[in-house]
Amino acid sequence: MTISLDTLRRMARLMVGLPDYDAYLRHMADRHPDRLVMDRVQFFRDRQQARYGGKNGGRCC
Amino acid sequence: MTRHLPWLLTAIVGAIALWVVAVSRGEAVNALWIVVAAVCCFLVAYRYYALFIARHVMRLDSMRPTPAIRRADGLDYVATDRTVLFGHHFAAIAGAGPLVGPVLAAQMGYLPGTLWIIVGVVLAGAVQDFMVLFISMRRDGKSLGELIRMEMGQAAGTIALFGAFMIMVIILAVLALIVVKALAESPWGMFTVAATVPLAMLMGAYTRWIRPGRIGEVSLLGLVGLLAAIVYGQAIAASPFWGPAFTFTPVELCWILIVYGAVASVLPVWLLLAPRDYLSTFLKIGAIAALAIGIVIMAPPLQMPALTQFVGGNGPVWAGGLFPFLFITIACGAVSGFHALISSGTTPKLIASEAHAPLIGYGAMLMEAFVAIMALVGASILDPGIYFTMNSPAALIGTDAASASAAVTAMGFPISPDLIAQTAKDVGEHTIISRAGGAPTLAVAMAEIFSHVVGGPAMKAFWYHFAILFEALFILTAVDAGTRAGRFMLQDLIGLAVPAFKDGSRQWPGFVATALCVAAWGFFLYQGVTDPLGGVNTLWPVFGISNQMLAAIALMLGTAVLFRMKRDSYAWVTMVPAGWLLVCTLSAGWLKLFSADPKVGFLAHANRFSEAAEAGQILAPAKSAADMQRILFNDRIDAALVTLFLAVVLSLLFFTVRTCVAARRSAQPMAREIPAEMVPAE
Repeated sequence: MTISLDTLRRMARLMVGLPDYDAYLRHMADRHPDRLVMDRVQFFRDRQQARYGGKNGGRCC
Repeated sequence: MTRHLPWLLTAIVGAIALWVVAVSRGEAVNALWIVVAAVCCFLVAYRYYALFIARHVMRLDSMRPTPAIRRADGLDYVATDRTVLFGHHFAAIAGAGPLVGPVLAAQMGYLPGTLWIIVGVVLAGAVQDFMVLFISMRRDGKSLGELIRMEMGQAAGTIALFGAFMIMVIILAVLALIVVKALAESPWGMFTVAATVPLAMLMGAYTRWIRPGRIGEVSLLGLVGLLAAIVYGQAIAASPFWGPAFTFTPVELCWILIVYGAVASVLPVWLLLAPRDYLSTFLKIGAIAALAIGIVIMAPPLQMPALTQFVGGNGPVWAGGLFPFLFITIACGAVSGFHALISSGTTPKLIASEAHAPLIGYGAMLMEAFVAIMALVGASILDPGIYFTMNSPAALIGTDAASASAAVTAMGFPISPDLIAQTAKDVGEHTIISRAGGAPTLAVAMAEIFSHVVGGPAMKAFWYHFAILFEALFILTAVDAGTRAGRFMLQDLIGLAVPAFKDGSRQWPGFVATALCVAAWGFFLYQGVTDPLGGVNTLWPVFGISNQMLAAIALMLGTAVLFRMKRDSYAWVTMVPAGWLLVCTLSAGWLKLFSADPKVGFLAHANRFSEAAEAGQILAPAKSAADMQRILFNDRIDAALVTLFLAVVLSLLFFTVRTCVAARRSAQPMAREIPAEMVPAE
């Protein structure tokens, strides 16, 4: 099993709660072509608030 | 048969390594034997036991859509590559716990801790994480409280939620106490940690306005800032003006942390919490990897004996005998209830296929156990004299090198006052005496290992402060994030009685809940900081008991679900570890309440002080009648808290038994899995 640099980059971003933006775009294009998509910056802010807003704030000891 | 051959070899190597670790006496054992033993055991357990659980106990179905598939929304529910998700899950579960517990447990020698970590993780800890992930994955990624409500009823769910909140409070207090212990009277450490606040804010501004979303870039800039803070910290500490300005007593630090916790948790997340989380997460992963590489390169001999005379109890670091107290002292790393909250958090919403669950659920926990093994190795490669000088309370060994050297030598671990003074000087501290809490001890060990690989003895002070910074950083992040999470838990709980409290449109419930949450952990922190025995002595066992009780609750949930799925014949997989944890936590809780030894039992301690107070005497460390009253009050609060935990776990045991009996009577499976077609994709 080789782990590409891209995988590592995506892993590092998900570690701090930022999912893949391209996957989000793909999902929106597949399922909701009629809806407006968030741009990269909006997506980043939305996910930042979702991770740290509190409800998901549980971090381990 | 040939495919089993490599695994058989791994098992044999592991068994040999374990045998060397267990029976060698007299000459120093190399730390690598422990590492090899652990890695081989983990590999074999993963290949066979995790697979057994996946195939026969859970009957995972790789064709069955996971929540990430059927609820896909591109945001919370995203089918994620399993390697990527493994990293995410590991970063979420690994914190300060697996680094601190094993260091404290080293007072009994390296052997008991090593065996408990290996056996505990394979049979209990990894099973718990895996099981909760499985249960949540089949139920739309719901959280632990909701899962318990679904399978065991409303009352059980609410009790579990309340228990989880109290555990959170104790965890925050204990983590904050570790920071206090590490930074008190240490201007260099204090400066570097304080510098992270403006640094994080600059990073926050950068990701907000200058280059939004460039996490990698801003983290690199942050890292440069951190290293600069460590380097300049030395000059700051030496400066006649700034040195004293950054020198704080433990009580002052306690108040600073309480105010910090309250302010930080109401700031916008992008300003402080998020950017510091980037730093602490990447630093944590980097430092863990570096530690693993460092241990392999250095291959240090273990200086701590396999067993010390403190196995029977009366150890200076924490009171109580091997059973049950070792099993609650090493919580995270062997089995940690808190993981049940993570495994039922974001991970089940991201998992792409049920076939990935063994790697994520079982595998990531094995990795955390490996971190715990490294921490144990770190504590055990130090001169035991240094270890006990750093971890014994000042009440036992005094505060200067001469008294500490005499007292620790009398324990049977000879050390000269010069070596104590020299070690402090090497790591750039005024003193290393009575720096309990695990973090400073581990930092000395990491400085030892890192300086062996990079920089030599001249770099020791730098590496020591790097290690302190790395631990303080993610503890502060946990305090901040935990206060926010605790606030929402509290709002949910109070909202059950006062619905206005859950109203998201108002501000005041949030502020009230935050204040209550900070007051709760602040109370225990203050109590720990002013505790004559150093606080860790009192608080760590309470934390360990509560964390292991949550693990027992999670495993009881697993048992109830297996019964409801009509898989009774496999329920031993969760019943055995749940039973063991119940035995350990209930007996530890009982001893904490009723042991006649005032060092162990809160009530015995309270009695001693109340008798003395009535006779008009003042017992050390109290200096006045008011101090006496405060110690009494603290003892009673601690006793009440332990009683509360016992009540929570016993009532959940009752609900579990009731659920299992009802499931046995039913001819049909009763488990409430959410079927694939029920919730259409977004």
